[in-house]
Amino acid sequence: MLDAHAKPLVEITGMCKWYGDFSALFDINLTVHEGEKVVVCGPSGSGKSTMIRCINQLEAHQKGTIRVDGVEVSPELKNIEGIRREVGMVFQSFNLFPHMTILDNLTLGPTRNRGISKKEARDLAMHYLERVHIAEQAEKYPVQLSGGQQQRVAIARALCMKPKVMLFDEPTSALDPEMIAGVLDVMIELAEEGMTMIVVTHEMGFARKVADRVVFMDQGEIIEVAEPEQFFSNPQSDRAQLFLSQLLGH
Amino acid sequence: MQGRVSVPTPRAQRTRDDTGLDLRRVRQVFWQISQALAVFAIIGYLIWRGAVAMEYNWQWYRIEPFFYREIDGEIYWGPLVKGLIETLRLASIAGVLAILIGFVTAFARLSNSFAGRIIATWYLEAIRNTPLLVQLFLFYFVLAPIFGIDRFWAGVLCLAFFEGSFAAEIIRGGIVGVEKGQYEGADAIGLNVVDKYRFIVVPQALPLILPPLTGLIISLIKHSAIVSVIAVSELTTAGLNLIADTFMAFEVWFLVAGIYLAVTITLSIGVSLFERSLNKSKR
Ligand SMILES: Nc1ncnc2c1ncn2[C@@H]1O[C@H](COP(=O)(O)OP(=O)(O)OP(=O)(O)O)[C@@H](O)[C@H]1O
Ligand SMILES: [Mg+2]
Repeated sequence: MLDAHAKPLVEITGMCKWYGDFSALFDINLTVHEGEKVVVCGPSGSGKSTMIRCINQLEAHQKGTIRVDGVEVSPELKNIEGIRREVGMVFQSFNLFPHMTILDNLTLGPTRNRGISKKEARDLAMHYLERVHIAEQAEKYPVQLSGGQQQRVAIARALCMKPKVMLFDEPTSALDPEMIAGVLDVMIELAEEGMTMIVVTHEMGFARKVADRVVFMDQGEIIEVAEPEQFFSNPQSDRAQLFLSQLLGH
Repeated sequence: MQGRVSVPTPRAQRTRDDTGLDLRRVRQVFWQISQALAVFAIIGYLIWRGAVAMEYNWQWYRIEPFFYREIDGEIYWGPLVKGLIETLRLASIAGVLAILIGFVTAFARLSNSFAGRIIATWYLEAIRNTPLLVQLFLFYFVLAPIFGIDRFWAGVLCLAFFEGSFAAEIIRGGIVGVEKGQYEGADAIGLNVVDKYRFIVVPQALPLILPPLTGLIISLIKHSAIVSVIAVSELTTAGLNLIADTFMAFEVWFLVAGIYLAVTITLSIGVSLFERSLNKSKR
């Protein structure tokens, strides 16, 4: 499925992170190539969010290196905004800007950071809003939308920056059950178009359908990396077996 | 009800009872107002009795020239009006400066710069732990001659730095009150620091900042009376001078207090109307 010549977009080597004395991440090694889709799962508190938040430096790591498209990101990096513009991020709690219309939420990044005109940004925003199937809501404010619609706006907002890689941190876990499918559909479409994606999720249907690899984390370490079929049907580690049995158990 | 199946009534057809005057509420408000009026009447009576006992000579008929005189069809403003204008000028310049100082100090305290945080903290501690009157003397007797500024500006700067220290905490509170997710949302789309604050943080902090900031501006107007000790010619100074000339202490202080009250109440009503229109335009 992956072409052998795809270049590595995100390379994490020997990355460690502590919160004070608490080791949140330990010796993380993960390379994600262009076009690849990686699903990250693991029990609560295992460090999934922390790991993907280190990629765009919402959290600073203390040891090891992270490269995004060849550029090393670190807390000392002066032009961290430059990296963040190449990395789209979708949060569990949407984090839309409540004081702006949907359209303004989408055009802010491109007009401020990509130096394009208001008109162009508007067209771009409408294009992506159509892709996430909510173009008719453009003039509304975030509170006027359902959770699922807000999350799709958040995806469109990230896409407007034309990122090289998209990070998703449990994008559906704050949603009512009937809203989840709409968001997952958008993500599947995105995957089919070849976007590079790192997705923290426990939606196994999505993982089976989309993921090239599943990364299983526990207690701040990567315990197992496998293709989805293999991971779900025949997990190698005890911890993954336990986790999956609990996930399926009820 | 069990096993009931029905279709929702179309929203347009759901009628609402006319909500007429709520008599209970009207009676309650009426009662509250009469209580307040009764208290005012008693206080007024006591003052009047006291004044009578002192054989105070009320001369309310003489107050018109305190406000204005008309000579040959031309209006000349009296000392209280001139004093009020000076007070407003003083307070508005000091208010703008206080807000600027507040923003700078708040951002300095929130910044990563160690020097910025130290300077901001020293400034706050120094201003908060010394009496305003002593600060005023420092500005007037020490800093004014050194930097060659006049008494008006010494008063303005003193008030600006004093209220600025409170503005700083109000503004910092508003900025800290903006949800963490908003900062992350702004970071995630790659906004730089200035844009992040300009488009995301400050607009959302403003509704949190505005009410306490109004309170601050009102205290600034009240505190501005203190510059009468360095003889800046504002409202309180005008009152002192009038009493020296006319000996009408009771009338003048009632008038001066009334004018301050009128200004501050107008201001708070104006701001609450503005806030309401802000909220309306948003949702
Ligand atoms: N700011 C912080 N300060 C201290 N500890 C933190 C902080 N953020 C996270 N942690 C700790 O780091 C560990 C990993 O947290 P993280 O949020 O990455 O877990 P997660 O795998 O995303 O869990 P969940 O599925 O609940 O979202 C947790 O034990 C958490 O308590
Ligand atoms: Mg998490």
